[in-house]
Amino acid sequence: MNALRSNRFRTIAASLLFVIAIVVVNFVTRGNFLTPHNLTNVLRQIAQNAIDAVGQTFVIVTAGIDLSIGSLLALCGVVMARVVNASGLDGPLAVLLALVVGLAVGGGAGAINALPVVRLNLPPFITTLAMMLVARGLAFTISGGQPVTLHATAFNPIGTGTVLGIPFAVVIMLVVVAAFALVLARTRFGRYVYALGGNEEAARLAGIRVQRTKLLVYVISGACAGLAGLLEMSRFGTGSPQTGSGYELQAIAAVVVGGTSLAGGRGSIVGTFLGALFIGALYNVMNLANVESYTQQVVLGVVILLAVVLDELRKRYL
Amino acid sequence: MRDIVKTFPGVRALDGVTFDVRAGEVHALVGENGAGKSTLMKILAGAQPADSGEIVVDGVVRTIDGPRAAERLGIGMIYQEFNLVPERNVTENIMLGMEPLRAGLLDERAAVARADAVLADLGVALPRDLPVRTLPVAQQQLVEIAKALAKNARLIVMDEPTAALTNRETDALFLLIGKLKARGVAFVYISHRLEELPRIADRITVLRDGRAIETRPIAAMPEAEMISLMVGRPLDTHFPALPPVAAEAREVLTVRDLVSPPRVAGVSFTVRAGEIVGLAGLVGAGRTDIVRAIAGADVPASGTIAIDGAVRRIDSPRLGIAAGIALITEDRKAQGLVLGMTIRENTTLAHLGRFVRGLFVSRSAEITTTNEEIAQLHIRTPSGEQLARNLSGGNQQKVVLAKWLVGDARVFLFDEPTRGIDVGAKAEIYTLMLALAKRGAAIVMVSSELPEVLGMSHRVLVIRDGRIAAELARADATPDRVLAYATGTMAAA
Repeated sequence: MNALRSNRFRTIAASLLFVIAIVVVNFVTRGNFLTPHNLTNVLRQIAQNAIDAVGQTFVIVTAGIDLSIGSLLALCGVVMARVVNASGLDGPLAVLLALVVGLAVGGGAGAINALPVVRLNLPPFITTLAMMLVARGLAFTISGGQPVTLHATAFNPIGTGTVLGIPFAVVIMLVVVAAFALVLARTRFGRYVYALGGNEEAARLAGIRVQRTKLLVYVISGACAGLAGLLEMSRFGTGSPQTGSGYELQAIAAVVVGGTSLAGGRGSIVGTFLGALFIGALYNVMNLANVESYTQQVVLGVVILLAVVLDELRKRYL
Repeated sequence: MRDIVKTFPGVRALDGVTFDVRAGEVHALVGENGAGKSTLMKILAGAQPADSGEIVVDGVVRTIDGPRAAERLGIGMIYQEFNLVPERNVTENIMLGMEPLRAGLLDERAAVARADAVLADLGVALPRDLPVRTLPVAQQQLVEIAKALAKNARLIVMDEPTAALTNRETDALFLLIGKLKARGVAFVYISHRLEELPRIADRITVLRDGRAIETRPIAAMPEAEMISLMVGRPLDTHFPALPPVAAEAREVLTVRDLVSPPRVAGVSFTVRAGEIVGLAGLVGAGRTDIVRAIAGADVPASGTIAIDGAVRRIDSPRLGIAAGIALITEDRKAQGLVLGMTIRENTTLAHLGRFVRGLFVSRSAEITTTNEEIAQLHIRTPSGEQLARNLSGGNQQKVVLAKWLVGDARVFLFDEPTRGIDVGAKAEIYTLMLALAKRGAAIVMVSSELPEVLGMSHRVLVIRDGRIAAELARADATPDRVLAYATGTMAAA
């Protein structure tokens, strides 16, 4: 009964806060936020980060961390652009080729991230930090330090096109979010991810292949970075070695704001999506309200801290 | 210490214990696992508060409300698991918490001087610049002693100091204790190695069920009497009647020459269908390590394990489960449960494949099974969606059992199945063990509670130093005999 009561209270409180927030936002943006065009814009802006954050969620639920995704995104973009250019292909085949290459490079790098973690029990902070440097360096080496301009035109619709008025990138993001939400919440693999994040030894003694599960988690994270890299490359028509810096932290922020515990064992993909959406909306509102970009950073930092503190207080006292 | 009382939820750990130590004396403290020795000493060292009773030091009643307070009164504590900082060197460990400062910074030279003085005083040489992690156990122990003396300890409590020492190291330790004694330092000496007590102790106190049963000069207490005082009570009669094992029952579990360093040194035994075999022995004798090696939780170095006569390769828990082995681990929070998961998720975790329909785990199939287990095991919870974290110890243990009942294991390895749970839940777990035996399961039970081992086993294997010291049929397994074999007083028959 108590739980029910507090659940209901929470729902009411959340709804109330939401309504107040909307009113305030509408006021400071002079009504420019709640327009279909602007909301679509917000979704398009968060697509890349949301996809990164989906992969990151898997890693963080196992109590790990993946710092390499920003660099991997750039590396995948550069490699994809080079390979597609070299193949001379265009049209759907070129896109398919890029997709395969991007997922392979990202996923492969994820596997390399994971190997020392599962075999030698090294901290993922270190292995992915190393990968962050290696991937960035490789991206510059492979591109010769210059953005690689795509010759194929088939990528333009992915970057800037729409389906039924919805940007293509947003469609991809929604598909990724929905699919991985099911994987984490409903499949055996997903359950094992939670189990080993919650208590690795208990998971091992229950017969779970802990090493394989962990490896897969980092592969997913790397592959998500590859997919995000494809979106980024399509949008700008180039594979840039400079892009993606700091994206890993944005993704981690979205995951944490979305209620996933850095200690592992707890969290959800839907929460992560809402976290990315929240951060994206906040940026958007600040832009509409003409908040200076330096100030935006301060606000964002404070908001992330507040979100986590509030979540902790809620867990303790509600 | 006068009339010390300490209760934990469901247990009266200390029931009015009075205990005294004189200057320059070694006072041995003995008792079975769970008799209250450690609790009593933790209270003395300020690691836990007593519920009531008083502590008198040099004729003055003192409040010991923390380790610092104990230190100030000259009480030093050396636990069996050392409290050293493994990566720091000998000097830093000796001076830990009392580092000399100069102008607000660490004064390394003064620290080295002080630590060296303490070591010289002890008459021992230690490589003071090496991290203590690199030292052998005996030297780490010296660091602990030096640490206590550096704080001017006048009473040193040592918990199982010789458990990890060789005979020669033990001799050296006893020499050192003798030397400190002569200078008026008092010792409380906790040990399961009864045979060494006459060499080192002046007086002995036997604790049993949280009471000090007897205190005497050591010369007036022969070993046989120590044991009978430690065991002391008639067996609990709360155990259900064990049905006999059918004469034609097949061997289900066959263990041959199992070796799993460091604590399993060649163990062979069999368990038949419907049989419950108890593993008795002291803490650290290797009982847990034996069942872990059988289940694949540790990878054995050599030896074979056969289930129903077929030798199985079991080098991971996964293969153990596939071979039909269920290991109910001793530490349910660290090894048995994912505390942040629900009862349902824990129940199905080891056999999740059975609940998969198409791509997804079928929640309704999970709920059906979970509710069956909740009913069968009388798990007290509003629903299967309760987090394991929120359950009582007994109910948590039942969830661990539920997880293993979901499969169709042929062999159940129970490691301390009733530790820290209330009497009602205990009885339910015994009943369940019998039901499993009746279904033809082979059961191995590790327990530190003698009455439980004796009351719930068809046969008792007494483990000492990683080997089977004795195999006792139910009729021959008396508390005195089990303890005598476990402590090495009686040699293998």
